[in-house]
Amino acid sequence: MTAMTSRFVLGASLAGALGAMAVTPVMAQEMEKCFGVALAGQNDCAAGPGTTCAGTSKVDYQGNAWKLVPAGTCMTMDLPAAEDGMARSGSLEALERDVPKA
Amino acid sequence: MHAHPDFLAHFDAALRGGPLPAGLTARDAAEVERRFAVYRNNVAVSLTEALATRFPVIRRLVGAEYFAPLARLYAEADRPKSPVLAEWGAGFAGFLDGFAPLSAYPYLGDVARIEYARGRAFHAADASPVDPARLAAADPGRVRLVLHPSVALLGLTHPAVSVWARNQPGGETLPLAAGPQTALILRDAAFQVPVQAIGPGDAALLRAVLAGACLSDAAAAAQRAEPGHDPQPLLVTLMRAGAMTDATE
Repeated sequence: MTAMTSRFVLGASLAGALGAMAVTPVMAQEMEKCFGVALAGQNDCAAGPGTTCAGTSKVDYQGNAWKLVPAGTCMTMDLPAAEDGMARSGSLEALERDVPKA
Repeated sequence: MHAHPDFLAHFDAALRGGPLPAGLTARDAAEVERRFAVYRNNVAVSLTEALATRFPVIRRLVGAEYFAPLARLYAEADRPKSPVLAEWGAGFAGFLDGFAPLSAYPYLGDVARIEYARGRAFHAADASPVDPARLAAADPGRVRLVLHPSVALLGLTHPAVSVWARNQPGGETLPLAAGPQTALILRDAAFQVPVQAIGPGDAALLRAVLAGACLSDAAAAAQRAEPGHDPQPLLVTLMRAGAMTDATE
């Protein structure tokens, strides 16, 4: 294959690649802050890694710790009941349950 | 009287174990040393925790008991230069490379490079995805693709991408690669920071695009690095992640 035909073949495949890119949607899942659902040490933080609040929750399902979850799933996800039998659910606001004693 | 900057320099030296700065007082003068030790301990512990937050896989690989003194040694060798703790740790990979007691684990430095790059990608500036219509109309021989500021490419001596992946939740059974790896790191549109090992063709393509080459020159570079390379899968992956932010001609 000469340099020129190789260039032509490459150009055709690149036009195809550009076309494929043009029809690829950006996968951005809407997320929401969900309180009271993160396992101990697995909470997210507004500022992300390298700061001191991410991963600092002390107990499972800590009420004042939140995690990003797909939008619309926070209130409906299944969580195990608390030790005293009280049902748990996630919340879009901070909760008072399962907060470690200072 | 000490000038303030002078006092701060002495205070910082004392935090690292030097003599106490002049002018310290306590209700009982005999307690000055013990009270200053509270500062020393607070600094050492908070830096250790900041480093562990930034390098969770290194901490997991060496174990928490080893990591704490390792972090203290690093903190003494490379103090944070910015009050933004998220920026600290750029030198940790090089520190691990040169840390003789860990010389039997030469891949640790590369794993630290991945972890630091992930933090930088997470905190990189925002940029909106390119208008797809501009790609559809683009001429490959002229178009220059602009990638999101979070996109980073790491050439690693060791198979550190697979070491990193095996130390993520649920990754214990993933295969362990051999030989050098090139890591592609970016922050996607869902604010996740995936780490992906890419082949020589993809790496050459990305390097050329990042250096400002037009798409057909970048694809030609990829062909030289890996004959028969198809650029489309990587380009579509970048598009889906929202990492393609502009196309200029």
